[in-house]
Amino acid sequence: MACAAIELKNITKRFGSKVVANHNVSLSVYKGEILSLLGENGSGKTTLMNMISGIYYPDEGQIFIDGEEVVIRSPKDAFKYKIGMIHQHFKLIDVFSAAQNIVLGLEEEGKFDIKSVTQRVKEISSMYGFDIDPNKKIYEMSVSEKQTVEIIKVLYRGADILILDEPTAVLTPQETQKLFAVLRKMRDSGKAIIIITHKLHEVLSLSDKVAVLRKGEYIGTVNTAETSESELTEMMVGKKISLNINRTEPKDPEDRLEVKNLNCVSADGVKLLDNVSFTARSGEILGIAGIAGSGQRELLESIAGLQVIESGSIIYHNPKTGTEDELRGRSPIQIRELGVRLSFVPEDRLGMGLVGNMDIIDNMMLRSYRKGHSMFLEKKGPKDLAERIIKDLEVVTPSAQTPVRKLSGGNVQKVLVGREIAASPTVLMAAYPVRGLDINSSYAIYNLLNQQKERGVAVIFVGEDLDVLIELCDRILVISSGKVSGIVEGRGADKGEIGLMMTGANGGANGND
Amino acid sequence: MIKTIFAFINAAIIQSIPLLYGATGEIITEKSGNLNLGIPGIMYMGGISGIIGGYLYEHSVANPSAILCVLIPLLSSLIGSTLLALIYSFLTISLRVNQNVTGLALTTFGIGIGNFFGGSLLSFFGETGSISLIRTGKAFKASLPFAHKLGIFGKTFLSFGFLAYLAIAIALVTSYFFNRTRAGLNLRAVGENPATADAAGINVTKYKYLSTLIGGAIAGLGGLYFVMDYTGGAWTNNGFGDRGWLAIAIVIFAIWRPTTAILSSFLFGGLYILSIYIPGLSGSAKEIINMLPYVVTILVLVIISMRKKRENQPPAHLGLSYFREER
Amino acid sequence: MTNEKHVKEPLFHITRRTDIKPLAAWGIRLIAVVAALIVSALVIVTITNYNPIEVYAKMIEGSFGSERKFFILLQNTAMLLCVSLAVTPAFKMKFWNLGAEGQVLVGGLASAACMFYAKDSLPSWLLIIIMLVTSILSGIIWGVLPAVFKAIWRTNESLFTLMMNYVAMQLVSFFIMVWVPNGSSVMGVLNQKSESGWLPVVFGQKYGLNIIIVALLTVVMFIYLHFSKQGYEISVVGESENTARYVGINVKKVIIRTMVISGAICGLAGFLLVSGTNHTISKELAGGMGFTAIMVSWLAKFEPVMMIFTSMFIVFLQKGAGEIATAFRLNESVSDILTGIIIFFIIGSEFFINYKINMRSKSKGAE
Repeated sequence: MACAAIELKNITKRFGSKVVANHNVSLSVYKGEILSLLGENGSGKTTLMNMISGIYYPDEGQIFIDGEEVVIRSPKDAFKYKIGMIHQHFKLIDVFSAAQNIVLGLEEEGKFDIKSVTQRVKEISSMYGFDIDPNKKIYEMSVSEKQTVEIIKVLYRGADILILDEPTAVLTPQETQKLFAVLRKMRDSGKAIIIITHKLHEVLSLSDKVAVLRKGEYIGTVNTAETSESELTEMMVGKKISLNINRTEPKDPEDRLEVKNLNCVSADGVKLLDNVSFTARSGEILGIAGIAGSGQRELLESIAGLQVIESGSIIYHNPKTGTEDELRGRSPIQIRELGVRLSFVPEDRLGMGLVGNMDIIDNMMLRSYRKGHSMFLEKKGPKDLAERIIKDLEVVTPSAQTPVRKLSGGNVQKVLVGREIAASPTVLMAAYPVRGLDINSSYAIYNLLNQQKERGVAVIFVGEDLDVLIELCDRILVISSGKVSGIVEGRGADKGEIGLMMTGANGGANGND
Repeated sequence: MIKTIFAFINAAIIQSIPLLYGATGEIITEKSGNLNLGIPGIMYMGGISGIIGGYLYEHSVANPSAILCVLIPLLSSLIGSTLLALIYSFLTISLRVNQNVTGLALTTFGIGIGNFFGGSLLSFFGETGSISLIRTGKAFKASLPFAHKLGIFGKTFLSFGFLAYLAIAIALVTSYFFNRTRAGLNLRAVGENPATADAAGINVTKYKYLSTLIGGAIAGLGGLYFVMDYTGGAWTNNGFGDRGWLAIAIVIFAIWRPTTAILSSFLFGGLYILSIYIPGLSGSAKEIINMLPYVVTILVLVIISMRKKRENQPPAHLGLSYFREER
Repeated sequence: MTNEKHVKEPLFHITRRTDIKPLAAWGIRLIAVVAALIVSALVIVTITNYNPIEVYAKMIEGSFGSERKFFILLQNTAMLLCVSLAVTPAFKMKFWNLGAEGQVLVGGLASAACMFYAKDSLPSWLLIIIMLVTSILSGIIWGVLPAVFKAIWRTNESLFTLMMNYVAMQLVSFFIMVWVPNGSSVMGVLNQKSESGWLPVVFGQKYGLNIIIVALLTVVMFIYLHFSKQGYEISVVGESENTARYVGINVKKVIIRTMVISGAICGLAGFLLVSGTNHTISKELAGGMGFTAIMVSWLAKFEPVMMIFTSMFIVFLQKGAGEIATAFRLNESVSDILTGIIIFFIIGSEFFINYKINMRSKSKGAE
């Protein structure tokens, strides 16, 4: 039997002493084969592939290329073994042409002649059916063109093993079909291809084999022909685990925030939110489930007044006045001036929600420092608040004067959530509030969200762990590629079903359009 | 009248040479993402190092040879300016210190060294008066032997010392290097997006160091030209004036293109002395003309930022240090 | 041959530090200053053959040798501090105002213009007020222009402000040419006889008012940066524009407003230099202070109170170097060399405060 083009044996990678990104992963790919690497966010897919492409170095385990053990220390070593990775974030120089990017960093013999490069690029393009102008500048290109440049870049370097990290995340369905046609051609010409994805229908239509990771563990490899969506989903999300999170029945829920036909487009022209509609009610937790980057951030930022909205509306039902206010087109300050008590725990805690170099007290003021007519800051209130939060939420910190970047992840989050809750909101949005937190801190956050819910706040919780979403939330909105693929009741929700909806396996079939 | 115009062109070219060296050096440096505001200091350093080398040689042998009179100052100038560029490189690239602060400190330092040695070199050797290296200056000024036979044309365009031609040659080679070589492409990538360059296997640190050192050495030659050719081997403190900053202005005016820098230097050099050649110009009008280079540079800067044409922008990573772990 | 398969980690690995104690940080800076003084001493010895201790003793004499010298030290420190205070809010916001030199110059020019045209036609106090206002306005115009372009078109502010310096210098030369018809291009002392527009002498000290005004300004700036809402906004914008957006701060407005303040204080410095110190104008009015101020502010970590010490330290170096220059018949540019060396060491030491070098702890043996 022929040797695998690339084989991983018992690869383990740790970050720090606590986080195990990959544990004992083994898999192999043969020439002329497409392998899908399937897993939820944070299951360690990208980390694993980064070890093959020389960005990380494994702590344990071996890598074999064509049956021989190799050490891959740098991207350069990876080139040497003819491994090419197409990252999710393109590594291209904007002001260079496609051809210039393709040869960047290459150490070839002989005179540098961009014309012959252009010629080779054209040859490669016609061989696999790419449609690209080698002289076009990157900044003039669409996302799909940029991706093509990345692929040609690794082919130009003679890669025999191609790794694509979620290549379809940024593509339209038509572009995806085009890409798949190219990948099949490459497979037929004898290349080994690994594609990272979490879209099941893509896995099934494209790959020969599927390897599944879950929370850093290697679950297994199956032949695509012999598997089904439901089997893959189960491998991916695992059996339901009971977490014993408290959940009370919502008390007199009433509509608080109504999002209608919201559309949002990125600077590159890609649709980020596609006709999103839902209603958040007081006294309940609305979960938002979805693959990372499916539009969750844009959705929350749209509501918070931080995102340019293409069309649609966001209506706030004011419980005090009974009025209905349009939030779209208003800045965060204007929203607050309307009397909307909207709190927002953003995903990027230290880059957005807090200022890392400021101490806890100064961070308490971020949202409220404008209060009053004095030109000076009022520090007493924030100081009391800081001390109260430290005490009530058991924040571990030397003092309230400690810069927040020195706190551990869980404590940073307590400070942020504590501040947002202290504003006694009527709507509380939290994006991945337990990411990177240990068990105890996570439960502390769940309790805080539950308390808010019991006080009649409309809580919107963006999460990634389906078990948590199912146990914590009253309703779960599932989002896939910027589209709402459905809203399910939290109680009695089926993990597999949500998983399928997240991966867009049911497409727009039961969507809202 | 014609004579005056030709004399003006000749003078403008002479003025443009130090500016061109400075601008080319700064362009090479900035292409790697390093905004070296120490270039004015480096140019002083290039001048004084050449003077020191020339002085030591001219005063240690009875009969200095013309070739060594050129080679020794040339070499000592290159060493001096490279050393200053090395200080900048070590601080900003290896120690990741803020580039503006380092550059400004380097300019203070370089001008200080220039004026210090320029003012006290003779006293170290128990002499008085001011430095004047007649032989060295003469050697640097040696022009093509047939230049004078070609009448006004030869006098205007061919009567320069070799450093003048070298300046233009270096600018042309630099342009070729940026656009036609692999290393030039890699260098530009480092200045645009070091993380991407790093991922492509380019040694970012090496490129940043080399371009800053070479850029510094080239800029230093501008100082050397000034003291050897322009003033004929004499040093006056602060004589070089603000030409270093004018060179940085040219970098912007030429939108980071060495070939454009040749013409821009000529233009700025012309403006620098235009007032002398316009008869009947008042002193105040002269000052307004001297203001023009800076005003047009600001206009260029504003226009390129408004038009947002990507090719004309400063290198995207200009002024920032690169730390791999923060990608 | 299997040996090669074992990975060799690099000899050292650099990581960002987050947990350094303030005391340790100041310790590192102190070591840097000591190292800088040693290197400076070596430089002095190699180029002059003088005993460095003697040289340093002379330097101290240069600043503290007499009451007059001491007051000159204070006056120079005050002016450098004033410009440093001006650039600080902009730097805190990460706006690189390299144009303080020009902003001071136009401020001074405005004052000089008032003095030149008003002569003694106005009462001195009125003239002083007019000078103050026009100087501040001129400084604002010079400072806010790059800020507007930065805010709207993201025009590179360090290059813009840098160029504005030289426009200002030429403007000064222009007016001197206009005002001094004899072509000497040197402006004499303005209103020498009437002393109209001169700041009054206080406490018997000619520069007394300068020092008092800057001392007040230091306190005001300290309060502004630490206790005012605007100062808070500056910090937030400087730390993270994303956070500023999140809390609804109008970043453009903050950039422009902060540069108005920066330019205004530079204009004030120009006024003080003309009205209080020099009573005349020249291209060298700011004398490189606009650039030195950047280093002062940086070395003090943008802390107004610390800036008192860093600016005094730099002025001390300059004065001291001037003193040794005369005493040992050296060229006074030696001060620039020493300043350079010391700044290189101190800014270089920031690396060891911000980053940690982890040496490879142990080599990994074969299994």
